[in-house]
Parts: sequence; structure tokens; C-alpha cells
Amino acid sequence: MSERDNILGRVREALKTKAPRPGTHDEDNPLPEPPASGARQWLPHAGNQFKDWVELFRKNAADLKVDFVMVTSSDEMRQALIGLRDTEGWKSAACHSGLLPDAICPALGLLMVHTDKHYDVNALEACDVGITECDALIAQTGTVMLSSRRAGGRALSVLPPHHVVLARRDQLVPDLPTAFDLLKTEYGENLPSMISFITGPSRTGDIERILVLGAHGPKKLTVLCV
Amino acid sequence: MSSYATKFSRDARRATRDRRLRETISTALHNYEIARDERQTAFQDWQTARQAAAETKWEALNLLPQHLASFADKLAVRGTKVHWASTAKQACEIIVGIVQIRGARSIVKSKTMTAEEIHLNEALEKVGYEVVETDLGEFIVQLRHEAPFHIVFPSMHLKRGEIKELFQSALGDAPSDNPEELTMVARRALRKKYLAVDVGITGANFAIAETGMVSITENEGNARLTAALPKTMITLLGIEKILPRMSDLALFLPMLATSGAGQPMTGYNTLYGGPRQFGECDGPEEFHVVLLDNRRTELLADPQQRDALHCIRCGACLNVCPIFRNVGGHTYNTTYSGPIGSVITPHFRGLQEWKHLSAASTLCGACSEVCPVKIDLHHHLLHNRRNAAKKKPSGREQFFYDLWTSLVNHPFVWWLGKKTGWLFQPLHKIVRGSPLDPVRAWTKTRDLPPIPRQSFKDWWRKRR
Repeated sequence: MSERDNILGRVREALKTKAPRPGTHDEDNPLPEPPASGARQWLPHAGNQFKDWVELFRKNAADLKVDFVMVTSSDEMRQALIGLRDTEGWKSAACHSGLLPDAICPALGLLMVHTDKHYDVNALEACDVGITECDALIAQTGTVMLSSRRAGGRALSVLPPHHVVLARRDQLVPDLPTAFDLLKTEYGENLPSMISFITGPSRTGDIERILVLGAHGPKKLTVLCV
Repeated sequence: MSSYATKFSRDARRATRDRRLRETISTALHNYEIARDERQTAFQDWQTARQAAAETKWEALNLLPQHLASFADKLAVRGTKVHWASTAKQACEIIVGIVQIRGARSIVKSKTMTAEEIHLNEALEKVGYEVVETDLGEFIVQLRHEAPFHIVFPSMHLKRGEIKELFQSALGDAPSDNPEELTMVARRALRKKYLAVDVGITGANFAIAETGMVSITENEGNARLTAALPKTMITLLGIEKILPRMSDLALFLPMLATSGAGQPMTGYNTLYGGPRQFGECDGPEEFHVVLLDNRRTELLADPQQRDALHCIRCGACLNVCPIFRNVGGHTYNTTYSGPIGSVITPHFRGLQEWKHLSAASTLCGACSEVCPVKIDLHHHLLHNRRNAAKKKPSGREQFFYDLWTSLVNHPFVWWLGKKTGWLFQPLHKIVRGSPLDPVRAWTKTRDLPPIPRQSFKDWWRKRR
């Protein structure tokens, strides 16, 4: 017998005696519907309209020390990025190919590392900024949802010291349940091998519970939304 | 008393007298409480959310065989190697085996309590590997050759000055005791390790049966790097980590963050469903998932305490526990400390040797009240006490209970005792606290109020 069979056998044996449903003496099994399906009514309120979501994302971003900039055109997005390049003195940048990065990043006029094909991890590490697209912005928690397929792999969004997200306003969703629904409609069974919910820049409180940004990942997170 | 119990009392006595330690703990946890309360109030309905989370976990356990099979099969379809380990020893052997076959030289690890449970670092070091902990808190306690103090905040017992001295002696680099500068020292040291790494080891917070994915929660980005840079990634997790559906995370991720650290969401919550897929540009060539039993099925077989397997390791029960806050994490001498540790350790390591943990409780119920998945922690402490006494009754306890029973069952004897008790009480003062005192364990830390000459009942009767 394999170890898998051993363990599953012990699990089946253990489950022969039923345990009552939490808070009841009932042993009905299974439940009529997924218990967590009402999550939207219990989680923090996200508002009903697009402008509520923008405001909420803005407020959460500020709490998380995320720079969130709404722009009205790709030209403005280019200008915003060039502004960042100049204030921070970027010398090299990394990105992946995609509608927004292809349209925006060349304006930087920098030497770019592209992570779409094989790339040198040391070169990526030496970059001042990693620029990616995302799968969604989640207003409820100020979260950026991205995946290995949509955001240039696993390392681009976490290795350089500054992560810039280029997003479209139709990617802003109100809450976490909507974001998970979106993953299903977008990818179906064929999910990317990594899906990350990024809430603020990398952080730690391991020394006296004092917040420090940039523990391992980016010290700065900027979201530009067109 | 078991030798573990003796050690526990000794260490508890020392820790409670260490004023500085208690101050450090209480400052850290006070800030946590404020943040957690704020996040909890932001929920539209925290209590219903808790009930739903508990029911989700209950359902996940009820259908565990199907869920585990689905989780493993879906992972395998996308090229992940899934391993099953009944014991800690097997799990260590599997992981050591993978590392050896891959000819690894350097190993990084992101925070995983399950690896602490099976003593994975020791197993790897025994065969000559160096394992680098990358979570800042874990990195600090690893340099100190210590166990984590808390399951979520491993280095919460240390002051910045101690960390500065540690970095100075171990890394030769500590410009000041400023937390930010100290964090950057660790960042630089660990970046070098990351860029030369062969194998990355992580734990997992959830295992999604529906999609065959592990979900890893962290703040620093170290688990993200551990899953991005090495050629081989190994994830170790207990079989109880199952959640039925991916969308359950919409509830569990914010609840874990709120209960664990008073955050709306933890910095990085990342799902991994396999090694690098066709068309993807990076990620590990090999992905191994090790599913661990290590006596979890024994706890599962106890329907009364099965819900202890609902635990999502948020640490909320430790943070509010008056015992934890006074004796600290190391006194427990277990992988999992605090109320949840006191409940599950006797199952994993032996009831008689670890029953003392269930007695180290005020039964105030704060733990049960804050648990996001509604584990009935303080009742489980009572269950443990009962089970321990049932299996190995204490003769002395039995004697006193029998004495008490006969006393209260005979009205005359009871009356006599009541009438004459005050006469004998001064005699107790002579032996009080000495080995001759029959109730020493009780009176050592408590006063016995003087027995009144007149009972309330007599007073009431006279008054009418």
C-alpha cells in the first residue's frame, strides 16, 4: 500500500464518527450551499459605484503607503512614469510585453530587461524598477491581483526595489469575491502557475513590531491607472 | 509530574519575574489589539463571517478524503510531484532525498511552522546542508539558535539593541539599532543567498482542493522569492490545510490577516499551482508538495476535539491569552504555543507528558472568543484535563474528592464541620506553605478566608 492509501485510509476511518456542525448538535452533511458564499455581505463594505471603488482604493492605498495615480490618457501615464524616472534617477528598468507596457515603457528611453523569454536574474536584480500589468485592482483592500501569465512571470513584480503597476480602470473591481469570480471567467481550468494578491509594498514588523518597508520585496509600490 | 511539567513551572516562574520580557510582550500585543479591533469593526458582520469560516473548515474535514485526492491529482496533472508522509521522519527523509537528488548546495526557507514541527532544519543540517531562514523574525531566531517565540511573530521577545548586537557578531554589519537599518542589513545578506539558491522550501496556509493550488500568506516577499528563484521548490503542509474552493479564500485571506496581525490583507497572498508551465518565463523547474499527517488523523478521530484541526495558525489566541502574555512562548517548549498549542500538543506528543499545558489556563475563554474559525479552545483544555484524569487518575485527588463527597452527603458531619471549622483553622496557619500542609498547592498562591462563626443560613434564620 502506498503512503497515500495509508493516510487516506486513516482519514476515512477517523471520519466514521461524525462531528456536529459548528455551534449546533446537527450532523447534517454536506451543507446545502458553500458556507462562504455570502462573504460579500460580511466583508468590509466596498460601495456600489465605480467612483466609490476609486475612492476606497485611494484610501486603502494611502494607508498601505502605495502611490496610486489615476490618469486620463496613455500620454499622461507616460509622463507620470517619466516623472518617476527623473525623481528617483532610474538607470535601468524591467518589464514584460503587454498592451500597456509596450505602449508606455519605450518612452522611458532606458535599457530594458524583458522577462518574457529567458532572462538573467542578476540583471533583473540590478534594475531600479519592475513594471508590470495586473489582473485586477481590488478596492476593498487596496490589493493588486496579478499572475505569472499577465505580469511577466514570478520574479519581475518582487525582485526590483520599486514595482510599478500599469492598470486600466476597467480592471478595478469592488471586492475579493468579485476578484475570485474574475479568475474563473478569465482562466477557467487553465489557471496561471502563480496568482498573487499584493497588498502594499513588502513589509515587516519583526523588530519591535515597528513597520519597515522593503524587507525582501519592493520598498515602493506605485499603481498608475488609466 | 512529567519532566516537561517541571520544566514548564520553572520556566514560567522565571519568565513571569522577568519584567522587561513582559513589558516587551505587552507593548507589542497592545498595538496589535488596537489594529485588530479597527479591522474587525470594518467588517460588516464579523460574527457571521466566523461562523461561515468554521462551517467551511468543518465541511472541508468531513469530505477530507475527496478533497485531498482532488488537491493531489490536480497538482500532479500540471507537473507537480506530490508526496505523502505519515510521520515527521518520513517527511524529513522525503525532503532530504529531493535535495540530494537535485545536487543542491544552498537552501533557502520561508517561514513554516510545519517544518519546525518535524525539525526539518536539523534533519538537513545532519546530512551537511545549510538552511537559511529568510523571514526576518525567523532569520533572527535562527542566528540565536532559538525556537520561534510566537507562531506569527517569531522574534517579538527581542529588543532592537539585542538584534543589533546579534547582527554585529553574526554578520559583522549593524550600523545602528534603527529597525529600518537592521532590516536592510538582513535584506542585503539574504539577497546574496537568494541569487545563488538551488532549493527553496516553503510552508502553506491553505490547500485548495478545487484547483490544486497552495496558498502562501506573508508580508515580506520572501516566500515570493523562494517560489520564484530556485530551480526546485518544496512546499510542506499538513493535511488539515484543505479548503474546498478557491473562492473560499475571499473570506479566509482577510480574516487571517485581521486576526493574525490586524491588517486588512497580508502583504502577499500567493497561489501556486505547479512548476513553471509551458510558455512561462521563470519559476522552478520542479515543484514538490509534501503532505504531512504526523498524528493529525488521531486528532481527526476525536469528534469532540476535531475542530482543533480548523486552525489557520493566525496566532490570535496566543495574543489574547493571559498565560501566554505572562509566561511567553519559549516556556511552552512546544512547536505551537498558546491555547491552540496547549490543546493539540498532548495529541501529537502524548497526553500524560503534556497535560500540564491544559492546566496552565485561567479558562477565561478569551481564546475561543477571538478564534476566527470558532475553535472551542478553552473547553478543549477542559476535555484534555478530563481525558488525562480518566486515563490515569490521581490517587490523592481521588481521596480528597471522596472525602468531600462524604462530607456534603452527610448533613450532620457537614453541620459539625461548619460549626467547629473556625476552631481548627488557626492550626492550619502553623503548617501553611510547609510540606506538611495538605492543601499546599492551593494555599501557596491563594488566601483561605477565615471561616465565620456563624453561617449565612444561621444569620438569616435568626433575623426572621
